[in-house]
Amino acid sequence: MAGITYGTIYAIVAIGFNIIYNATGIINFAQGEFVMLGGMTAVTLNQFIPLPLAILAAVVITTIVGAFIEIVFIRWLHKPSVLRMVIITIGISILIRETALHIWGESVKALPYFTGSSGSSINLGGVYISSQILWVVGIGALVVAALGAFFNLTMLGRQMRACAANRDAARLCGIDAGNMVTLSFMVSAAIGALGGCIICPITYVQYDSGTPLAIKGFTVAILGGLGNSTAAVGAGMILGILESFSIMVLPTAYKEAISIAILLAILFVKPSGIFGSAEAARLKEF
Amino acid sequence: MARRYLPVAAFAGLIVAIQLATFFTGTAFHLTQLTMTAYYSLVIVGLCMLIGYAGQISLGHAGFFAIGGYVTAFLTTFNLKLHPGVFVSLLSKSGMLVARPDAYGGSLLTVHPWLACAAAILLTVVIAYLVGGPVLKLKGHYLAMATLGFGIIVYRMVLGTGFLGAADGISDVPGFPLPAGLAITGNSSARVSNYYLAWGLVILGMALLLNLVHSRVGRALAAVHGAEDAAGAMGIPTARYKLNTFVLSAVFASLAGVLLTHYNGGIGPSEAGVMKSVRYVAIVAIGGMANLWGALSMSLVLNYLSLRGYFGTYDDAVFGVILLLIMLFAPDGLLRRHLLSDLKRAVSRNPAEEEAS
Amino acid sequence: MTLLSVRGVSKRFGGLQAVNDLSFDVATGSIKALIGPNGAGKTTLFDLISGFLPPDSGEIVFGGAEIHAMSSCEVAVRGMVRTFQHIRLFPKMTVLENIMVGRHVHSRAGFLAGMLNLPFTWGEERRIREKSFEIMELLGIAAHARTEAVRLAYGQQRVVEVGRALACEPKLLLLDEPAAGLNMRETNEMGRLISRIRDMGVTVLLVEHDMSLVMKISDEVVVLSYGQKIAEDRPLAIQKNREVIRVYLGDDQ
Repeated sequence: MAGITYGTIYAIVAIGFNIIYNATGIINFAQGEFVMLGGMTAVTLNQFIPLPLAILAAVVITTIVGAFIEIVFIRWLHKPSVLRMVIITIGISILIRETALHIWGESVKALPYFTGSSGSSINLGGVYISSQILWVVGIGALVVAALGAFFNLTMLGRQMRACAANRDAARLCGIDAGNMVTLSFMVSAAIGALGGCIICPITYVQYDSGTPLAIKGFTVAILGGLGNSTAAVGAGMILGILESFSIMVLPTAYKEAISIAILLAILFVKPSGIFGSAEAARLKEF
Repeated sequence: MARRYLPVAAFAGLIVAIQLATFFTGTAFHLTQLTMTAYYSLVIVGLCMLIGYAGQISLGHAGFFAIGGYVTAFLTTFNLKLHPGVFVSLLSKSGMLVARPDAYGGSLLTVHPWLACAAAILLTVVIAYLVGGPVLKLKGHYLAMATLGFGIIVYRMVLGTGFLGAADGISDVPGFPLPAGLAITGNSSARVSNYYLAWGLVILGMALLLNLVHSRVGRALAAVHGAEDAAGAMGIPTARYKLNTFVLSAVFASLAGVLLTHYNGGIGPSEAGVMKSVRYVAIVAIGGMANLWGALSMSLVLNYLSLRGYFGTYDDAVFGVILLLIMLFAPDGLLRRHLLSDLKRAVSRNPAEEEAS
Repeated sequence: MTLLSVRGVSKRFGGLQAVNDLSFDVATGSIKALIGPNGAGKTTLFDLISGFLPPDSGEIVFGGAEIHAMSSCEVAVRGMVRTFQHIRLFPKMTVLENIMVGRHVHSRAGFLAGMLNLPFTWGEERRIREKSFEIMELLGIAAHARTEAVRLAYGQQRVVEVGRALACEPKLLLLDEPAAGLNMRETNEMGRLISRIRDMGVTVLLVEHDMSLVMKISDEVVVLSYGQKIAEDRPLAIQKNREVIRVYLGDDQ
């Protein structure tokens, strides 16, 4: 069960990577920081306003931060090299993390369980599971479904996909490609923040909890094939379950090392991902 | 050739001048941080070779630094007296072990620092070849992520491993004995000699790397960096050259880790942290990427300021902001612009002189 | 005597058969040209021969050894060097340095020797430099030795690329559209240069669109269409070949 919980979060982070990757062809190394920022903001706001409102406000604030980052740091760059973008997004992630450190300090924070308490559990056909796990899986599924609907059914979502497929052609059709990139950062920040809020009661949140999530999210994105969000859900589950098995065999302290070792193994053996085709991966720019 | 070594001599002069300045102003305590700066500079010039000249990024070089530091720290503090056996007595007879008193009046039997250093470098070379082989086949995001991942694995391993001291690291590491009664140690009585030993090593390292840059291999690396497929078509084994440079820079980092650990008397997991790796890259970037002198001078200034605590709690943030600003506004590096023309003039004069002689 | 032998080579990209069961030989000391309409598979064939792409089937024999499984680097060490349709000079390096890289396979200073600046490398560097100047004199670009190569005029960049390849002292020189982007005068000079290279004992295989250049300098011509060889003959015979005329001018003619 723990595997599926973590798997859901990894999948959400991976989808965040994919949305920006599809729109811009870059990997946003600050993706994990959106998750941390969402959790942190919600914890702080929850002191003053009810939980649902706090979560909503945290998502909105993080979305604004996402837009701000794109407009200030990314938008005006003219055809930056991949290496340059990697280093810039790493710089952004450091900036967000250090700002968080100076706002919230080093303390570990958590939101309360959405329903019930950490001790209570629900009987689900003979298996007792924590209610928060249901919230995580439920909201995770909802996010995936909502994104699917957004990209396939709405005009805006279709425009974003058109930009991803061929930026110049989309521009010729009258789509503002620049705004689509900003939008991709906003959507990506929003789902990251939401993920941060729903996982926060279980995993807690700290100023530096973004980086490990980013690495695992990236592992999942690669595992599913970069840019493929449906496969990312399956890949997220695989990583989550593998990870929960690994702590049965190895000390918990090595948990993170295991998932990164998996990442390296995939990169070495089949960088197009287990669900992706090598031909398609070669067509993409790196 | 004189043109290549003249800056080396000038830099050596600067090092002497700094020491004299601290001597006459009675601020010799600065030499401690300056010595530590020297060892970090060794990592940075090695990394500069990899990033700037071979064109391969590494976000995991703190990992190699930590491998060097932890291997030597473990081997020179692990008491073999508690684990007697044939192997131990064999090592002991061949003079590879040393006995010394510990902090509590008991006695320790540990591996000799020279042997520990050799083991650390050897392990680094093996790991660098094993990791570098597949990693350097990757490009762009994948290369950055893979090297970052390597660094995090090393960090998590040292943090989670009991006999490496977990979160506390390893302390009570002895000094590193050298001929003529010298030793690499943090004793304040040996402060001046250690300052010169450390910077002497950096200057030696610089001379070796400058030679390499101006050699057949340096030319081939520049070609690989500029147009990899064309370099391959000229018969340059591009993969092997990249890998060798990776291993070379890993050895520089590892050696720095070994010696700084002996100097500080210990090492902690933060030395393996991602922020350290990012910091090394930031300094190479601000130094102008393919500019060994730029990287060295930036390392001297920034590491010294950081170690003296001038950045306070904003230490990591400072390097993050530097990295961001450089990449946004001067992706070729800050020191690149005007130095490039100087460099070109130097290069174009150099052959003419050699022809004349 | 045959220097290069292409035997039944095929290459497919997805649904496109780029090169289909192609065979031809290149005789030592000759200039052979590959021509064909756009998309006929000429550059793919070059990539296959020079080790940039592995063929799906067939074999390529160079100087008596099978080379179709080798990398471009190994092929270059054996004495086959290519130029590129889109010039690939090394940026931020002078003309001299570009040519000096060409001497790589004929020198041996490695990482250790380079770092330690061992005495044997001094003589080696001097010889590399001398040979590079020799080549630049031959090509008439010695005056630009200290200029950054990518700053030269386009035509001169082509000459530098040929010079860099010549510095490898190849047995076989592959030229991928050496006259592309050159004006009439430069094209004529390039033609004379290629003939001179052949006279120096270097075998030349080239892909070229400029028919007058091909007809003037080649000893033999291979015509490709849709990845297949439709003719192989002396230039004069090729000009009269009905199949070739049909491919180039269309069926109506």
